[in-house]
Amino acid sequence: MMIQGKKFTESARSKHITQGIAFTIIRVIAVVTVLPILGIVVYIVVRGLPAISWEFLTAMPRDGMRAGGILPAIVGTFYLMIGTAAFAIPLGLAGGIYLSEYSEDNVWTRLIRVAIISLAGVPSVVYGLFGLGLFVLFFQFGISILSASLTLSIMTLPVIISTTEESLRSVPYQFRIVGISLGGTQWQTIRKVILPQALPGIITGIILGLERAVGETAPILFTGATFFLPRLPSSPLDATMALPYHIFVISTQVPGMPIQIQYGTVLVLMVFVLGMNLIASLIRSRARANRQW
Amino acid sequence: MRKQGQEKLITHIIRIAGSSSILFILLIFFFLMREGLPALAEVKLSDLFSTRWYPIEDLFGILPLLSGSLIVTVFSILIALPLGAGTAIYIGEIAPRKVNEILKPTIEILAGIPSVVLGFLGILVLSPFMRETFNLPTGLTAFTGSFLLALISIPTIVSIAEDALYAVPNTYRDAAYALGASKWQVIWNVVLPAAKSGIMTAVMLGVGRSLGETMAVMMVTGNAPTVFSGLNSFIAPVRTMTATIASEMGEVASGSLHYRILFLIGIILFIFSLIINVYSSNTLAKRTAKSRAKMVS
Repeated sequence: MMIQGKKFTESARSKHITQGIAFTIIRVIAVVTVLPILGIVVYIVVRGLPAISWEFLTAMPRDGMRAGGILPAIVGTFYLMIGTAAFAIPLGLAGGIYLSEYSEDNVWTRLIRVAIISLAGVPSVVYGLFGLGLFVLFFQFGISILSASLTLSIMTLPVIISTTEESLRSVPYQFRIVGISLGGTQWQTIRKVILPQALPGIITGIILGLERAVGETAPILFTGATFFLPRLPSSPLDATMALPYHIFVISTQVPGMPIQIQYGTVLVLMVFVLGMNLIASLIRSRARANRQW
Repeated sequence: MRKQGQEKLITHIIRIAGSSSILFILLIFFFLMREGLPALAEVKLSDLFSTRWYPIEDLFGILPLLSGSLIVTVFSILIALPLGAGTAIYIGEIAPRKVNEILKPTIEILAGIPSVVLGFLGILVLSPFMRETFNLPTGLTAFTGSFLLALISIPTIVSIAEDALYAVPNTYRDAAYALGASKWQVIWNVVLPAAKSGIMTAVMLGVGRSLGETMAVMMVTGNAPTVFSGLNSFIAPVRTMTATIASEMGEVASGSLHYRILFLIGIILFIFSLIINVYSSNTLAKRTAKSRAKMVS
């Protein structure tokens, strides 16, 4: 019905020419879109690599961060990742399991879905405000790793819930019937049969969610990040340096920052983030190859 | 008996934890309101919707910030839509499988690049380039920001638009081929119109991404709160709502008027994002339901 009244009667030659032009344009668009991405990655590697040394990765900053290493930022980012994972993984798994295995199609379930969609769309800086209002001020956790991790974990939740639900749903229904018919309870079936089958997809989702959290700056601006620390944070209630915030600081707030250190720091963050991306894709493709259904 | 008790307990835990998203979205809403709404008692609406943002003198006109967000967002979509939709068409309809195996992960890489990294390159590479090419006093302009925002929203647009193209039933394509259409005619006259609403959704979500993005825009737009004044605004510094919150919240005393106004701006952003996301997820859901119904009938 959509092509009603439309006749494809142009001559074969003119069709051919139009198509040639159109396809060329589309191909150029695709190239124009992809080239900057590869350009960015290659450029950062080339400019950042000379800065990387053992000292750069394992030493404290010196001379107002203009020399020495970026250890506190690396360690801080690592702590934030662990903290985020600690809160986001259990809640995300529960959310995904509930939606896939327990929920009925009722108003409550629909409300949960609307809530997840809304969470996914909240701007990162608004998460920062929320974390400031709830964790830093109301719960009085202060500007700390704890406040920042809690903020980041709520931001990460939608990704983990949706991928968990999707992976669980893709396990064929027969697996559940078999589990129950062998005398298992619903939870036993989920834990012993369904979860293991869905695990690669779930892990991929968790990694992608954490990848996003690790790269974020705005949510930790007022909840956990600090400009400079003379030592490593020693408790979850300490503020911390973090790679993304550190990049922001050294590229906008510190005059006379050696350019090499800036590119080096960016490269370290990119390796962190794209490394996680790569691991996630490897798990996904291996699981696809090994799938038995 | 023990088994049953345990089963009940676990079911309860999952039910409660699984519903936590509702709690969180309500908490976000509540705490933004709690910190931001009192500002309305202290500032007249007419002062709020004025054109001067100058907190030191208690001038809190948010029009320049709204205008700044609008300029960079609109312009970023003008760049990202053709690139994103074109790439989606290439991936979905034209490219050989082998090419897609490289193309798709590359787009995913872009989605993974932290915005602060793009902002960093914006400062060091893009903005000097802009300044020299267009002979401007500064390269930190609305356009520089739009360009980075385009990069940030492209992965979203590509993936949603690609899904929309994929959802067009092959019977449509076959029917057009049978009428003698060329491949391009099929794409242009059949597939694109059928995928129109999905592509619109992709654009909406792209707008959402652009509107909410903070670091990249803050780093490259120059942060001057000016109101849109013709085409020149594209190559002049602007300041967005998100950048204002991010750059000023660190310096205000909590509980002050300035602090509350920043939360008020957060409420505006929150409401925009709610509208965009809930609306576009509804159209997405409707479309899948419709196409399912079609397949059955």
